[in-house]
Amino acid sequence: MSAAARAESTSTGRSEWLQPHRIVLIAIAVALVLSAIFFMRWDWLPNYFDLALLGIWRTIWILVVTCTLGFMLAIPLGLAQAAGPFWLAWPAKAFCTVIRGTPLLLQLWLLYYGLGSLFPQYPWIRQSDLWPILRQAWPYAVVALTLSYAAYEGEVMRGAFAGVPRGQLEAARAFGMSPWKRFRRIWLPQAVSRALPTLAGETVLQLKATPLVATITVIDIYAVASRVRQDTFIVYEPLLLLALIYLIITGILVFAFRKLEARIPARLG
Amino acid sequence: MPIENLLNPMLQSATIELLSISPPGWGANLLRGLANSIQIAVGAFGLGLAIGIAGAWGKLYGSPMVRDLMEIYTTVVRAVPELVLILLLYYAGTDLINRALDSFGYAPIDISGLVAGICVLGVVQGAYATEVIRGAILAIPQGQIEAARAYGMPPGKMLRRITLPAMLPFAIPGLANLWLIATKDTALLAVVGFNELTQETRQAGATTKAYFTFFVAAGVLYLLLTLFSNVIIGRIERWARRGMPPVTESGQ
Repeated sequence: MSAAARAESTSTGRSEWLQPHRIVLIAIAVALVLSAIFFMRWDWLPNYFDLALLGIWRTIWILVVTCTLGFMLAIPLGLAQAAGPFWLAWPAKAFCTVIRGTPLLLQLWLLYYGLGSLFPQYPWIRQSDLWPILRQAWPYAVVALTLSYAAYEGEVMRGAFAGVPRGQLEAARAFGMSPWKRFRRIWLPQAVSRALPTLAGETVLQLKATPLVATITVIDIYAVASRVRQDTFIVYEPLLLLALIYLIITGILVFAFRKLEARIPARLG
Repeated sequence: MPIENLLNPMLQSATIELLSISPPGWGANLLRGLANSIQIAVGAFGLGLAIGIAGAWGKLYGSPMVRDLMEIYTTVVRAVPELVLILLLYYAGTDLINRALDSFGYAPIDISGLVAGICVLGVVQGAYATEVIRGAILAIPQGQIEAARAYGMPPGKMLRRITLPAMLPFAIPGLANLWLIATKDTALLAVVGFNELTQETRQAGATTKAYFTFFVAAGVLYLLLTLFSNVIIGRIERWARRGMPPVTESGQ
C-alpha cells in the first residue's frame, strides 16, 4: 500500500506536497521556532553580531580557498593515478591513502603543533620574511584542509579520468590534437562533468570539516559560538543558531551545485 | 657542520625512546587511546547500523509521517558539522537525562565519556547508514520480496531471511566507508576532552614537547587501523557476494 501511495505522490507532484500530516508537521515546527524565539535567551546576540559576521566570512573564505586549491591539486593527483607511469602513480596513491586513512583533526594538529614547534628551532626560518605568516594559525588550517580535500577529490578524479571513454580520446588523437590540447578540450571537461555530483558532496563534507580550524585558534563561526558559550554560560542558543547557519550554508551549496550541473549538457558518451 | 646544525633540532624532537611502552615512554598511553577509539568506533558503528536499519525501514515502508520525520533526521544530521552535533547532543543529552532523573526524584548521574561518545557518533552514523541501507534495499530485485510476501512471511521474518541478506552485497561498500569514517570521527571526541587516541597524543606531546613524533606515531596507528580494516572488509565483501557474478573492475 505504501509503495502505491509513494508512486501516487510522485506522479501528481507538487499539488500533493501539502498533505494533512505535513500541515501538522509545519505547525509543530513553527511552534518550536516561536517558543525558541520567545522562551530562550537571545539578549547576547547584539553584542556578538559583528564577530559572528566576521566568523561566517572566515568560514566561507576558508571553504572557498581550500576547495579551489584542493581541486587544482586533485587534477594532477587523479591524472597521475589514472594514466601516469608507476613512479608518479605510486606516490599519488600513497598520498591519497595516508590522508584518507588518518583523521583530519590529527593532520591539523600535526601541522600546527608539530611543525609549529619545529620551525622556531631553525634561526633561518625565524629570520625569514615568511615568519610573521608562519606564526599565525590560518596557514596551517589552509594547508591541512587543502591537502585533505585534494586527497579525497584526487580519488574521485582518478575514477572520473578513467571513466572517459577511450573512443573520445582516440578520436581527438585522430584529429591530430596535441596531448595538451587533448587534455584541455576533451579529457578534463568530461572528467569534471562526471565528477561534479560527487564534487558537491565532497564540498559539503569540506564545509563540515571547517569548524576543526577553531581548535587551532582560527576564529571561524564555530569559534564565535564557543566564545559566546564561555563568556555568557549560555549553552544551547549559540549552538542551535550555529547549526542553523551551517544548514543554510549547506542549502546554498547544494543549490549552487545543482544549478551548475544543470548548465552542463547531460549526455555523456 | 652546517648540515648537522640543520638536522639537530629535528633529531632532538624526533626522540624515538619516548614511544616505548614502559613508563618513561608514552607508548602505553597511545595504545590505551587507540583501544578507547576502537571501542567507540565499534559501538557507534553498531548503534548506527541499528538506527540505519530501522530508519531505512521507516523511510521505505513507514507511514507518511514517519517518512517525513526520517527525512528531516537524515537531512539535518548530514548538513550540520559533526563537531556541532557532538557538542549539542553531548550537552543537551546529559542535561535532559539529568533533568528527567531529577523530576522523578533520582540523584543526577555522571554519564561516562565512552557512553556519550558512542551515542553521539551513533546518531550521526545512523543518518548516513539509513541512506546506505535504503539504497541497498531498493537495489534488491523486487521479485524476491514479492515472492517472500507470496509465501505469507510475516514482516519480521521477511526482514531477517530475505531483505537483510539480499541487500548485504549492495550495502557493504557504503557500510565499509562508514566504518572508516567512524574510526576517524572518534578523533572529534578529543574536542570534548575524551581520552581517545588523538587526545592522548596531544597530552603526550604537550608534556614532552615532542609533538611531531607523537602525532606521526598516532597517524601511523590510525593508518594501520584503516589498512587492517580494508583487508577484513575485502574478505567480508567476498563472503557477502558469494554466488553472485563477479563485478568488473572498470566500472562504467
